[in-house]
This record gives sequence, C-alpha cells and structure tokens, in this order.
Amino acid sequence: MKISLLDYGAGNLPSVERALQRLGVQTERVSASAGVANLSALVLPGVGHYGALIRAFDRDGLRESLIAAIERGVPFLGICLGLQALFQKSEEAPDLQGLQILPGFVRALSGAVKLPHMGWNQLQAKAGSRLLEGIDSEAYFYFAHSYAVPYSGEERVLETRATCSYGGEFVAVTETENIFAVQFHPEKSSDAGQRVLENFLRIAA
Amino acid sequence: MSLAHRIIPCLDTDGERVVKGVNFVALRDAGDPVTLARRYNAEGADELVVLDIAASRDRRPTFLETIRKVAAELAIPLTAGGGIRTLDDARAVVRAGADKITVNTVAVLRPELISELSAEFGSQAVVLAIDAKRDGDCWRVMTTGGRVSTDLDAVPWATKGAELGAGEILLTSMDRDGTQSGFDVSLTAAISKKVMVPVIASGGARWPQHFAEIFSEGAADAALAASIFHDEIQSIRSLKVFLARQNIQVRLPC
Repeated sequence: MKISLLDYGAGNLPSVERALQRLGVQTERVSASAGVANLSALVLPGVGHYGALIRAFDRDGLRESLIAAIERGVPFLGICLGLQALFQKSEEAPDLQGLQILPGFVRALSGAVKLPHMGWNQLQAKAGSRLLEGIDSEAYFYFAHSYAVPYSGEERVLETRATCSYGGEFVAVTETENIFAVQFHPEKSSDAGQRVLENFLRIAA
Repeated sequence: MSLAHRIIPCLDTDGERVVKGVNFVALRDAGDPVTLARRYNAEGADELVVLDIAASRDRRPTFLETIRKVAAELAIPLTAGGGIRTLDDARAVVRAGADKITVNTVAVLRPELISELSAEFGSQAVVLAIDAKRDGDCWRVMTTGGRVSTDLDAVPWATKGAELGAGEILLTSMDRDGTQSGFDVSLTAAISKKVMVPVIASGGARWPQHFAEIFSEGAADAALAASIFHDEIQSIRSLKVFLARQNIQVRLPC
C-alpha cells in the first residue's frame, strides 16, 4: 500500500514520512490537485499557522480535490492542523474558511495555562476508537498547539473519540467513516504514536 | 491528569561530535550524536535538543547533516540551534528535520527575528534560549556562548521574548552549568512564574532530587541536562521512576 502525504510546505511532513516508512509502507508526496485525484490513502500533516494551510489549499487548487477524495471514501488522517482544517473556521484566521467537512469551530485555548500547549498529555476516551485500539488508556501523546476544537455539548460531537484537557476540554481524536484526525503528533509520540499510525494503516489497507 | 514534566537530554556539538564543558569552557569529547540520540529515544526522553556550540559558518553543512542523522533516529520532538542568524538558517535547520529552533545571541541583537520566525513556523517552533548569570539581585543575559555580557535583565527579556512570539524559553544558569550542584531554582522560578510560555530549566543537574526541586519549587515545565545522561551517571528511565514516586507527573515509557 502507498500512503500519500499532502505537501503544502508543512515543517513536519518529513517526520510523518519517516514515521510511516519505519512501519514499512511506501509514501509519496502530493502537492497538486492532479495528485489528489487518484490515491489510496491520504495523510494531511500540519504544524504552524492555520492560515498558511488554508491559503495553500486555495493557492494550489487543492480544496475541491481534497474534499472530493474524502467524499469518495479515501481513508484520511489529519494531524494537528490537519484535524483543525476539517472544521468550519478557526479563530487563528477568522477570515478564512476551513474544509467544513465536520461541524464545529477551532478556538484559541484559554484558561490559566501556559501556551502553547506543549508537551506530553493524556487522553480521555469518549467512545470506541479505531485509532486508539490496543493503546494503554494512560498513554501520553505529544501536543504542540495553541488552538483546538472545544469539546462542548452544544456542537455535534458524535465523531469525537477522545478529548484532552488543557485550559478546557478539546477534541483530541475524531473519527467518522473514512475520516480520522488527531490533534496530537503521532509521529512525535514515541511508541504510542507509532501504534496510532499502525492502526490507521490497518484501517486504510 | 495534566501535562507531564519533560526530561530533555541535550547534545552540545562542535558540528559533528558531542562535546561538554564546565561553565561553558574546557570542552571535551562526549560521544557520537547519532548513538546518543538512539539511546535517549529508546530510554524515554521526552524531547532532544541539539546545539551547535561552535556555530561557525564553515561547519554549518556538517551540523545540518548531524540534524538529519539525529532526526532519523527519533520518534520524539527535536529542537536544534546554535548559529541561527537568519530566516534562511532556520529554514535549513527545519528542513533538516528539527521541529523547533532555538535562537540566543541573534535574538538579543535583533529581537524582531523572534517574530519573523514565529510568523513562518508558528510560536510552538520557536525557542528563545537565554543564558543568565547572577549579577547582584538580578540575572544578566549573556550572549555568544556566555562570553559577552549584555545590559539585559533575564526576567524582562524572557517576558519580551514570549510577547514577540517565542513559544518556549530555554533557560540556562551559567552559574550552575557544568557544576552538577543543582538547577538554579530561584532563577527558574522567577522566570517561569512571570512568563506565559513553558520554561525549560538547564544547568547544574546531577541528582534526581535536583529534578524534583526544579519542577516543584522552580516551577519548570521541562528540565534539560547533558553530561549526566551522556556519561550514564543517570538513566532517564530511573530518573522518571524516581519523579513519579515523588508524585511529579512524568511520562513513564512502557
């Protein structure tokens, strides 16, 4: 199986690539809508500014082909900004539109905490998760972000499989049909992170 | 359940070899960066820092190659720095595989660089390194590998750095560095309680109790050490077990 990584210039793409290659899969970088038209599984890595990601979607004409691929049922894994991009909008770049595949908004983390939320934190399971299968419930994952999708009762949260608490409770793992996304960085989360990637590969196979 | 306190080994390199000095001088060889990186990744280090302390222009390609090789060994975050003077320097380091970059002297000379780096890579990728030395009742910021004194007070400088976009402060006590007499609790607490970004304490670690102190009394978010790990005086795994027994939250590797 070949995993395609969406390349829009994100700093963590090589790390994700290496982590996948370590698991014995082939990877390729896709950066144009033509590349996204025909693929078997797609990973959207992301780190940095939400605006940079969204602008890249529109600059490179990726938005429509990306949405089409996801709607076609291509297994998709979003990482960090790659999770945030699935939602409607972000406070980090309020003038821009997200992919709007999932309902909900990305908001600045707040509360009496230091920001960015940087380091290793644990999850609270909300529902059976395929990505977290076989992983100890006490496991730590590496986070590095200042924005997140708040986990609130008002918004549709059926897809939320696990949350993390820092300042407030936010979406850490979301899954629905072929769409998977995590706010933490599995490629930087040691053995637990490797397990998440393995689970995604098994689902995508 | 909350954020774990991080244990971070640091590889000071001359470009390709790990070196270690006392109070920033008297350097000696301390091993191969790739071998050490592999060991720390397996032992449960929470991150790794690689610094080019020589930071000379002609050794730059060597250092980038070291970053590439080290990054290939890691499934944890990598911070790299030393000699980053421009956005282009930072891009090269990130492209080589670093998740975060540290700036020190250049940030004192041109603080706007912090904002430029933060705009390009996000504040989570920008670490402001501060070398501080006790001076009366405050701490003076030192640059150029600790050789040059500035007129900056470390506490307001850390605050300003965070305002400009640094997402983390790597705070080294020059009075403690290499002495193994314990972290500088008062320096770290003064800065950690003042800034709204995480603080990594560095300089002076020897015993597990030093780490317990810097987390509980020093309010550090992470603690960095070099020679005690390189020389296998202290294993990261047993250090974390010790801290967990003291009810300090850490990530215990499986």
